[in-house]
Amino acid sequence: MKRFLGFVKKEFLHIFRDPRTLFLLFGIPAVQILLFGFVVSQDIRNAGVAFLDLSKDEVTQKLTDRIISSGFFRQTDNLLTYNDIDKVLKKGKTKAIIVYEDNFGRNLLEKGKASMSIIADGSEPNTATLVTNYIMAITVDFNREIAGNSAGSGSLITPEVRMFYNPELKGHFMFVPGVITLILILICALMTSVTITREKEFGTMEVLLVSPLKPLQIILGKVMPYFILSLINVIVILILSWFVFGLPVKGSIALLLAESMLYILMSLSLGILISTVSKTMQQAIFISLIGLMLPTILLSGFIFPVENMPAVYRWLCTIIPPRYFIIIIKSIMIKGTGFFYVWKETLVLVVMTLIFIGLSVRNFKIRLE
Amino acid sequence: MQKVIESFGVGKKFGATQALNDISFEVNESEIFGFIGPDGAGKTTLFRIIATLLLPNEGEMKVLGLDATTGFKELRSNIGYMPGRFSLYQDLSVEENLNFYATVFGTTVQENYDLISDIYSHIEPFKKRLAGKLSGGMKQKLALSCALIHKPRLLVLDEPTTGVDAVSRSEFWSMLAKLRKYNITIIVSTPYMDEAMKCDRVALIQNGRILSIDTPQKIREGFSKRLYRIRAQDKYKLIIALRKYPNTNTAYPFGDSIHVTFIDNAPGDSLPGFLESEGIPGVTIEESGAGIEDRFLELMEKTA
Repeated sequence: MKRFLGFVKKEFLHIFRDPRTLFLLFGIPAVQILLFGFVVSQDIRNAGVAFLDLSKDEVTQKLTDRIISSGFFRQTDNLLTYNDIDKVLKKGKTKAIIVYEDNFGRNLLEKGKASMSIIADGSEPNTATLVTNYIMAITVDFNREIAGNSAGSGSLITPEVRMFYNPELKGHFMFVPGVITLILILICALMTSVTITREKEFGTMEVLLVSPLKPLQIILGKVMPYFILSLINVIVILILSWFVFGLPVKGSIALLLAESMLYILMSLSLGILISTVSKTMQQAIFISLIGLMLPTILLSGFIFPVENMPAVYRWLCTIIPPRYFIIIIKSIMIKGTGFFYVWKETLVLVVMTLIFIGLSVRNFKIRLE
Repeated sequence: MQKVIESFGVGKKFGATQALNDISFEVNESEIFGFIGPDGAGKTTLFRIIATLLLPNEGEMKVLGLDATTGFKELRSNIGYMPGRFSLYQDLSVEENLNFYATVFGTTVQENYDLISDIYSHIEPFKKRLAGKLSGGMKQKLALSCALIHKPRLLVLDEPTTGVDAVSRSEFWSMLAKLRKYNITIIVSTPYMDEAMKCDRVALIQNGRILSIDTPQKIREGFSKRLYRIRAQDKYKLIIALRKYPNTNTAYPFGDSIHVTFIDNAPGDSLPGFLESEGIPGVTIEESGAGIEDRFLELMEKTA
């Protein structure tokens, strides 16, 4: 035990002696969170919309007012004919045009059905999606009110699209879990794989091997400091996203931290596995960055929804550990669900961790070849 | 006397390269045993096998009475190993390195301080300095202190003096000599022939084979011919001329002179005249005793 603690102490010294390691550990996460928060922000505020009201009745007026007063949109134009649509959109100030059909109000009352279209500027796909989603949400809301007034006739204006779990329509919610997932796997896997290969490269591994230290002691000694520091990292990120973006954790914080610990452990064991197959630091960095960062960004559901991918990719996604952690952390942070809803994903992570640790201990060479 | 190392026909292959071939030797207790040979002779590979870091393909290596392949766990706490390149943590201070190795081997610096005090006292004034910022000689002393801190029964030193200045080298050897009283067996490799004289016994190793094992004195005496030291102003011209001389057996440059052996064991009366005719005046010829290197070259010649 004393040997082990001596080893852990040495690892901490390595970390605190090296400014670059410290920056990677604590600088990068903070910068990432802020960068993603402000640049990739999916919020819309005062987006320009225009209206083509062919009906000009009480209902359309009300709906228009509702959209404008939501705070997300501002009216840029009032169109008279369909021919103007192209012209208005081309100016670039209008993100979407809302068209009410002729006799909109009467159709709604008499037939219980009315159509409107939202024509969005598709040159900015993200904004277009957001804007249409927002407008639909407002319409659905409006719809519900009317339906309530007219004694349950169930009138419909548009196909129902509701925003679950994100009633304030804030974009930050979507990326904070993603960034935590990305940062943790990157830092944990990268750091551990580099610190072990560094011993190989500097020849110190040779001396460590000729010591009575057991492979498990060496591995755990390497992992322990990064485990503690990564956990601190998670807490820093959560505090940061709370204070800067006002994002609270809806579910249990204890559960969130426990799941994070599991994920950190998984990433660390993945890092050790990488180090057992790479001979140099460069190799380890390469595998960690290319082999982990890209799949995490592309295939974990962090940016691109897994459901929309072709079958082959969806299958690939199932073997990517961050995929499961993203589900877990989103459920806890945004939906506020308990362990009961994420136990399957948790189990997958536990199994993956065990596999990685098993492979690492098996691959760890007690000799030089 | 107990044997500390017993090697029976040890061989090691890396792919198609035969790094070690039929290596057999024994090392006695508290002996300083040297392996002398050029770079690439297989010294490091052999030392790694002794230090349980590599497995031999053939033969058997017994260290401290244990098989180096199966008994590696127990062996590892009794061996002090100093690899050929500086293998301490450069970003840790002198003191931190020493403390780390002491803890890893389950001991403390205080416990074995008397063992290393002689060596460590040289670097103790710099104990707060990072190991990476030490000079070559100091790094070597720190590495030796770290290898000794757990009071090993066998010290394995792979080229400890390579890249170290002459003063530090001779200091280092006198430190090794002092370790004898602690009953520590030392095996050491070096490419420097002059250091061979400081070992109790040496093995000459070349191309993965042991050429000869004996005391340095006996190895020198094993030289089969009479050796002459020949000097002249122009050494380069001299060696070319000597190699042309029909009676010459071998001619190798050594420092400021040429070491020459002759087929009929004497230069013959015609040599001065021959050299004169080759345009080399003022030649001095004297008979001299052979050194380890002379014997080494002779053995190399034979096996080649």
